[in-house]
Amino acid sequence: MFLYLSSHSHQTDAMHGLVQASRSLHTSSQSLAPVPPLPEKGGQVRHGLIPEEFFQLLYPKTGVTGPYMLGTGLLVYMLSKEIYVINHETFVAASIATVVIYGIKKFGPSVAAFADKLNEEKVAKAQEVKDLAMTSLTQGIENEKKEQWRVDGRSMLFDAKRNNVAMLLETNYRERLHMVTNEVKRRLDYQIALQDLHRRMEQEHMVNWVEKSVVSSITPQQEKESIAKCIADLKALAKTTQARA
Amino acid sequence: PVPVADKRLMDVKLGELGSWLGGRDFTPNGIIAAVRRGHDRYYNKYINVKRGGIGGITMLLVGYVAISYLWEYDHISKKTYYSSMFCLCL
Repeated sequence: MFLYLSSHSHQTDAMHGLVQASRSLHTSSQSLAPVPPLPEKGGQVRHGLIPEEFFQLLYPKTGVTGPYMLGTGLLVYMLSKEIYVINHETFVAASIATVVIYGIKKFGPSVAAFADKLNEEKVAKAQEVKDLAMTSLTQGIENEKKEQWRVDGRSMLFDAKRNNVAMLLETNYRERLHMVTNEVKRRLDYQIALQDLHRRMEQEHMVNWVEKSVVSSITPQQEKESIAKCIADLKALAKTTQARA
Repeated sequence: PVPVADKRLMDVKLGELGSWLGGRDFTPNGIIAAVRRGHDRYYNKYINVKRGGIGGITMLLVGYVAISYLWEYDHISKKTYYSSMFCLCL
């Protein structure tokens, strides 16, 4: 490929300082993407020398053998009139031509296959890159759709969170309620115990005091009298029981 | 109808050839553009393809050989077998 510094642009050449292409790029405002591919085969050439168009040109007038007769006639004419001079260079040219034609006939297909393989590898690499890009992009699209679907569920998320918070508040409130009742009950129990204690102490003290006063009020005289009375009662009882028995 | 100078060569009638030649662009820019067009036509037809054949370069080489023979014709035609300097020019 050759780079040209062009100044004029005729109708077909529209690019400045870039690679020329028969499929002209950027000529119109429409985009030619994807770029059309290269043609498969080049222009047909017969015997490797003469383009096919020459044969097609002469076919209507002279048929199939016309160009060959023309070629033979021209050759004979140039030889006879010494327009083409036969000298040592002719033999050089003939031997070179033989070797070249032999080489081309023998190694042509293998070289063509090798070049085709190189091309194939290039195309395969580019295709790989393109496929990779495509898969990654489709993956990205799927991820994006999934994220969008996730966003739709955020109302449910907030409901769950609200429920959680409400439950926390409820449990806290109930705990504190329990604590309050326990404390109040403890204080009230204390007051009850205190009152019980008071009553018991007063009772005991009163009983002790009454006992002490009664005991102290028993004089010795009365003691003797009560003892004598008891003995008398006992004797009487003994008599009655003895009598009964 | 297109003016004569803008027609392609194959569409020019024989009588209009002179005026067609006169109307062509012979400035240096024009010549360079014409050479470039010719190169592009040949290149895109025979070389810039997926599976080019041998004809693409052989035609160039044969043309080179023919042109160099043409330029050397005067010199070669003088070297006949009976000229005096033949043994030296060999």
